[in-house]
Amino acid sequence: MSILNYNGGCVVAMKGKNCVAIACDLRFGVQSQTITTDFERVFELGPQLYIGLPGLATDTQTVYQRLQFRIKMYEMREGRRMKPQTLMAMAQNLLYERRFGPYFVEPVIAGLHPSTKEPYICALDLIGCPCEPADFVVSGTCSESLYGMCETTWREDMEPEDLFECISQSLVNAFDRDALSGWGAVVHIIEHDKVTTRYLKCRQD
Amino acid sequence: MALEAINGVSRYHSKLDDLGEEMVIPEIGNLKNQYQLCTPDLPKSECQIGEFLIDETGRKIKLNYAHGTTTLGFKFNGGVVMAVDSRATSGQYIGSGNVKKIIEINPYLLGTMAGGAADCTYWERVLAKQCRIYELRNRERISVAAASKLLANMVYQYKGYGLSMGVMIAGWDKKGPGLYYVDNNGNRMPGNVFSVGSGSIYAYGVLDSGYRSDMSDTEAQELGRRAIYHATHRDAYSGGVVRVYHIKEDGWTKITEEDSKDLHYKYAEEKTKRSQ
Repeated sequence: MSILNYNGGCVVAMKGKNCVAIACDLRFGVQSQTITTDFERVFELGPQLYIGLPGLATDTQTVYQRLQFRIKMYEMREGRRMKPQTLMAMAQNLLYERRFGPYFVEPVIAGLHPSTKEPYICALDLIGCPCEPADFVVSGTCSESLYGMCETTWREDMEPEDLFECISQSLVNAFDRDALSGWGAVVHIIEHDKVTTRYLKCRQD
Repeated sequence: MALEAINGVSRYHSKLDDLGEEMVIPEIGNLKNQYQLCTPDLPKSECQIGEFLIDETGRKIKLNYAHGTTTLGFKFNGGVVMAVDSRATSGQYIGSGNVKKIIEINPYLLGTMAGGAADCTYWERVLAKQCRIYELRNRERISVAAASKLLANMVYQYKGYGLSMGVMIAGWDKKGPGLYYVDNNGNRMPGNVFSVGSGSIYAYGVLDSGYRSDMSDTEAQELGRRAIYHATHRDAYSGGVVRVYHIKEDGWTKITEEDSKDLHYKYAEEKTKRSQ
């Protein structure tokens, strides 16, 4: 089994009309053994900027902390909020630094541009290759199922409520077919004036 | 000589009897004799399946069986309780969440399924046939001991060929409740409490802490259900529906089939009520 699947977990992000959504499951396990079911792998890095870090749990925490440090340094030096595109470049840089001994995480970034409020999503592989599609990105142990769900449920220009329904159904139905993720989910809907966070009632097996 | 022998019905089948000329027409091989499966054309010592399959780089290929399961069975004063989950996985992918892992051999005998799904269903079906034949020949039901030994002998013939099964055979006979564990290595043992599968460690934890021989029927059924539920929660490869069966003097009855999601939120509610 790949080290990326050792702890389990998945993240998905979607674009909507003037909004973006990012969601993850809550399982932290060691192979088949479920240790806790409150392990959030999506983190807030700014008022409208989120990153999901599925993969090896120890690297989830390390990469989050190192990114947080770099972002704080950047924002202090620049005196302004970070753009999602800049975060992508920063994450890319951080990951490629370990090109020959990588962090085992495949980050997903979702956010709004601080001034234009333009939605932005992107996914990176574990050494920092970016992917910036116009619809949705998936990452983690059930990415195949997530692709299948997202391909069928995603529509252009969804309002925040529809986007919530779409991302929740996609995530829950995808990880219900995966043994290593699930056990609860958390969804963040990011709009220009507010962020809504909801915890979903899920299967616990 | 019995009538069946005059009519050319052979009494005991085994794999070795019919190897040779019968193997020329493998299309009807196990249609006529269920013990006769096509085996690799090599001496048995050289065709241990695990070592037989090698990939292009010379590494051994591990056959991917559906190993993830939790099954349990225990005897107590009120009979035998059996409980199982219903998840089938291939690797980390959940193929089905609604598998019947308790095989109803006849109204007095149950078998559970853990390991290779195909191996378990095939050999327990052959066992069901043999049990019926025994009844017709002897005008009485087969004992649990005899039934489990039939199965153990069948799988022993294929020892080393890569069968994968860990089953429990339970029932009620002249001696009362019976419970046996049989696996593909040829192990066969009677016992009071068994659990088999990847979630068995969790099930044993619940079972051992709650087991008493003087439980009431509902207590025993609830113990089996709880043990499986906790295993489905902790073990990634177990889940789905929790099925509970109870075997008494007049045969088995299906007690409940509950989704483990419903059970989880029911137990969570009871827990908050108790703590108030």
